[in-house]
This record gives sequence, structure tokens and C-alpha cells, in this order.
Amino acid sequence: MKTSFTLNGQAASLDLDPRTTLLDALRENLGLKGSKKGCDHGQCGACTVLVNGRRINACLSLAVTHEGDEITTIEGLAQGEALHPVQAAFLEHDAFQCGYCTPGQICSTVGMLQEAADGWASLATQDLAADTVLTDEEIRERMSGNLCRCSAYPQILAAIRSAGGVA
Amino acid sequence: MKPFTYERPGDVSTALALVAEIPGARFLAGGTNLVDLMKLQIEQPSHLVDISRLPLRAIEDTPEGGLRLGAMTTNSQVAADPRVRARYPALAQAILSGASGQLRNKATTAGNLLQRTRCAYFYDTTKPCNKREPGAGCAAIGGIYANTAIFGASEACIATHPSDMAVALTALDAKVETESGAGEARVLAMDGFHRLPGDTPHIETELRPAEMITAVVLPPPPPGGQIYRKARERASYAFAIGSVAVAGGKVALGAVAHKPWRAEAAELALAQGASPAEAMAAELKAARPDGHNDFKLKLMARLGAACLTTAGAGDDQ
Ligand SMILES: Cc1cc2nc3c(=O)[nH]c(=O)nc-3n(C[C@H](O)[C@H](O)[C@H](O)COP(=O)(O)OP(=O)(O)OC[C@H]3O[C@@H](n4cnc5c(N)ncnc54)[C@H](O)[C@@H]3O)c2cc1C
Ligand code: SF4
Ligand code: FES
Ligand code: FES
Repeated sequence: MKTSFTLNGQAASLDLDPRTTLLDALRENLGLKGSKKGCDHGQCGACTVLVNGRRINACLSLAVTHEGDEITTIEGLAQGEALHPVQAAFLEHDAFQCGYCTPGQICSTVGMLQEAADGWASLATQDLAADTVLTDEEIRERMSGNLCRCSAYPQILAAIRSAGGVA
Repeated sequence: MKPFTYERPGDVSTALALVAEIPGARFLAGGTNLVDLMKLQIEQPSHLVDISRLPLRAIEDTPEGGLRLGAMTTNSQVAADPRVRARYPALAQAILSGASGQLRNKATTAGNLLQRTRCAYFYDTTKPCNKREPGAGCAAIGGIYANTAIFGASEACIATHPSDMAVALTALDAKVETESGAGEARVLAMDGFHRLPGDTPHIETELRPAEMITAVVLPPPPPGGQIYRKARERASYAFAIGSVAVAGGKVALGAVAHKPWRAEAAELALAQGASPAEAMAAELKAARPDGHNDFKLKLMARLGAACLTTAGAGDDQ
């Protein structure tokens, strides 16, 4: 089935078996191996990508449903040699060990910071009417969809704090 | 996954006709439950009718002072809506306590209501399950999985409904609007939308084949406090092992039955002046734990009493 979307700013067209997930289309059909397959069941966040600016799990989304969407993967965050601020923060804070969860963590962070900027609440938000303040507790709750098997959580938290949370 | 075909019709009536006409056709919303189950071949649709882009994505005020949530609103969208946060905080909390940010961005209002149980034996296709295969037996009875029902279980199935959102909607007395072929529309009360298992645990709701949920309607918020709280095995991103929604004098419990459990005995006791602890005790009198899930009695007694106290339920009686 023919499907076209914008991938990291460039047009992409594919002829896909409808069973292909967005994750498999990115990795196998388009050769972008940055997005990782951890669980393939929405349970780990390693496959997180941005669709129209919002973070989703690419493993639970059929590629054919993304006709016309704008998809951003870890490969599309940097501007040439200039890293995205979240990528730079992860490097600076040593926010990974094996690195397997990292592309998902970074894409998820970019999406999460936008959600916070849009004023979305989380379960850690005490006052649902108040402005969003990204405390450590808020960051942990909002990032709970990204597991890190190496447990680099303290460094991930520090990186996100410096990239957009409350210092 | 089994092979299937896919299409994305542009309007509700075409989508209804397609699912009615094509054997094995199913609606696809966010896909976060259906695609997951298709990978495991627990669900095997022949044709997917993608309804996620249909014009059912608005949140509108109703003339009565409530809100109509289009069936394809995302969980994130509903939880972020200022009207939901101000008037239905229990609903916002319930949604935000479920799944993850990524999943909530895809999951829809209708799909959330219709998500299937998380019973470990339902997922384990090497074990018998009456829900997967009617008549096969139930591996959970006598099994080691403990997140099972304490209310309304049957000899065929002891599974629980996993949705957080549905528990809050039940306490809020929401209604489910549906449409089926030839424009036939129905309105179903949330309390009663999901079924007890009986001897047909594979039939989970009152929805008919090829009938589509088009919206969920919230009545004006009831006077009094609201709260949703959930107990789980880790601090975030896990299904409930017990949950409580309170909205005014209405109480619903989650992860205790095959459906969101309206706690009518507790409501009655509160109305008659019982304390939160007494009200929960009245409700839990009808509970039938099975030896593996006995922990839910204490859990629900404490969680329920805490929520009722925080929400101030019964205070002005
Ligand atoms: C790792 C993980 C953790 C999760 N944790 C939680 C949690 O803690 N709490 C919680 O509540 N949920 C949790 N979920 C479940 C999640 O909330 C559901 O998967 C989601 O809400 C389903 O919505 P969807 O739009 O993706 O539905 P889909 O998967 O698209 O559809 C689900 C079902 O509904 C049917 N359907 C969809 N729309 C309609 C309609 N309009 N009319 C008729 N039928 C329709 C489909 O045919 C399908 O049978 C979790 C999921 C995952 C993967
Ligand atoms: S409890 Fe229900 S879902 Fe679980 S194995 Fe038994 S029949 Fe299947
Ligand atoms: S690979 Fe998608 S969530 Fe784990
Ligand atoms: S760095 Fe290894 S899984 Fe997170």
C-alpha cells in the first residue's frame, strides 16, 4: 500500500504491507536505525518518535496510518553539525550507559518539553489549574514511559533539568 | 500479525457501512491496544477501518453545562483541556494516571473504553482462556495471576477491566453515544456499558457488532469534591491493582471487576451518614476474593476511605 509522509523534513514514499509498523518502516524500509525496538509492545519507549510534534511509540502505530504526517526521529533533531539542545544536554550530563534507550529518551524529552510549554498537566501536578513548573518530580512522572535498563535515570533527569526543567 | 487490508474512509457513515459489510472488519482508533493484540494474534481482523481522523475529535460544551468528548479525542487532549481540568478533575487525574505520555498521545476516548483485559492468561496464547476462545476454560482460576476480580466474577472468567478513565467516567455518570448503519443512534449509560462476564466473557460491552462509539457525554459536574487515585506495583506507567474515583456522592472502583464497579452500597451508606471507612466496609461485604487476590480487600478499604475523606464525600449529610 502506497504511503507518503515527511521524514525529518524530507518527503518519503513507500509501498508497504499494511502490517508494517512505523518503527519497522523507519528501521527496515528507510534505513534509519536510530529509533530502537526494545519491547515492540508500547512498554519501554525506545521507539519514541515525534509525529506532528507529538511523541508516540512507533512500535504500536501502523505506518500506513501516517499518510501526510510530519515525522521526526533522532536522526532529524540536529541542525547539521549543531546538536539539538536536548542531545547536547544528554552528552554533557553523561545521560546514558549502553545508549540503547537514548534516542527514545531524547525524542521523548523533546515532545515532553513541548507538552509542558503547552501547559499540559501530569499526574504529579498538584494544582490542575496552575501553570506547569517542571520540577524533578514532574520530569520523572512525564518521562515514565521511557525505561532505561542501565538505570541511568539520575543523569537523564539532570540532562532534562538542564535542558528545560527547573534548575 | 495475520495479513489484513486497510482503509481510511472520510466520513462516519462510510466507516459504519464498511465495518458492517466486510466480515472480520474492525475500527482502528489509536491502535495502542488493537495493534498490540494483533501482533500476538489474539486479535485477527481481516480489514482495518481507520477512524482516527474522522471529525469526532472535538470537545464541546453541551447546553446542559456538561461536555461532549468526541470519540477520537486523544487521552492527552482530554486531560489537557482546561474545562476538563476545572470541572472534571477526577477524569483528568484518571487519564493522567494511565499508560505513558506517548501512549496517551495516541490513545482515544473510545479506544480506551474498549481496551481489553490485561489478564496474564488472556495474553498467554499457550493457556486456555474463555475470553480468547469461548469454551476453552480459564487458566486464571487457580493460576498465579492475582490482579483479578473480587466483584461479579463468574466460573468462566475472573478478569478485570484495565481502564482508569472508565472508572472516573462511571463515577461522573457519563453517557456513551453510538451510531450504527443507516444512522441509528443510541445513548448508553457508562454504568452498564461494560458487562459482567457471566458465561460469555468474550462479550465485554453492550456495543453491538459494527456499532461505533461517536462520543462520551459528561453531565454537568456534580456538587462536591472529586478525586481519582490508583494503586499499582510501581510508581508510574503501570496498570491499577485497585483504584477509586469519587465525584460528589458517587463512587466507582477500578481493577476489581470485569467492568468499572459502581459502589452503590458505599454511596447508600454515605447518604445515610456512614463514615468513609464504614461506607467502604458496606461495599466490600459483597466482595468474593479467591485466595490469590485477598489483598484487594484491605487495599480497597484503605484507598476508598482515603479518597472519600479527601473528596469530602458525605461531609454535608
Ligand atoms: C504499555 C501500556 C500501558 C498501559 N497502561 C494503561 C493504564 O495504566 N491505564 C489505562 O487505562 N490504560 C493503559 N493502557 C491502555 C491504553 O489506554 C489503551 O491501549 C488505549 O486507551 C486504547 O485506545 P486506542 O485509541 O489506541 O484504541 P485501539 O487500539 O485503536 O482500539 C481498541 C478497541 O476499540 C475499538 N474501537 C476503537 N474506537 C472505536 C469506536 N469509536 N467505536 C467502536 N469501536 C472502537 C477497536 O476496534 C479495538 O477493538 C496501556 C497500554 C499500554 C500499551
Ligand atoms: S480470567 Fe478471563 S481473561 Fe483471564 S484467562 Fe480466564 S477467561 Fe481468560
Ligand atoms: S519498542 Fe516501542 S515501546 Fe518498546
Ligand atoms: S542507557 Fe542502557 S538502556 Fe538506557
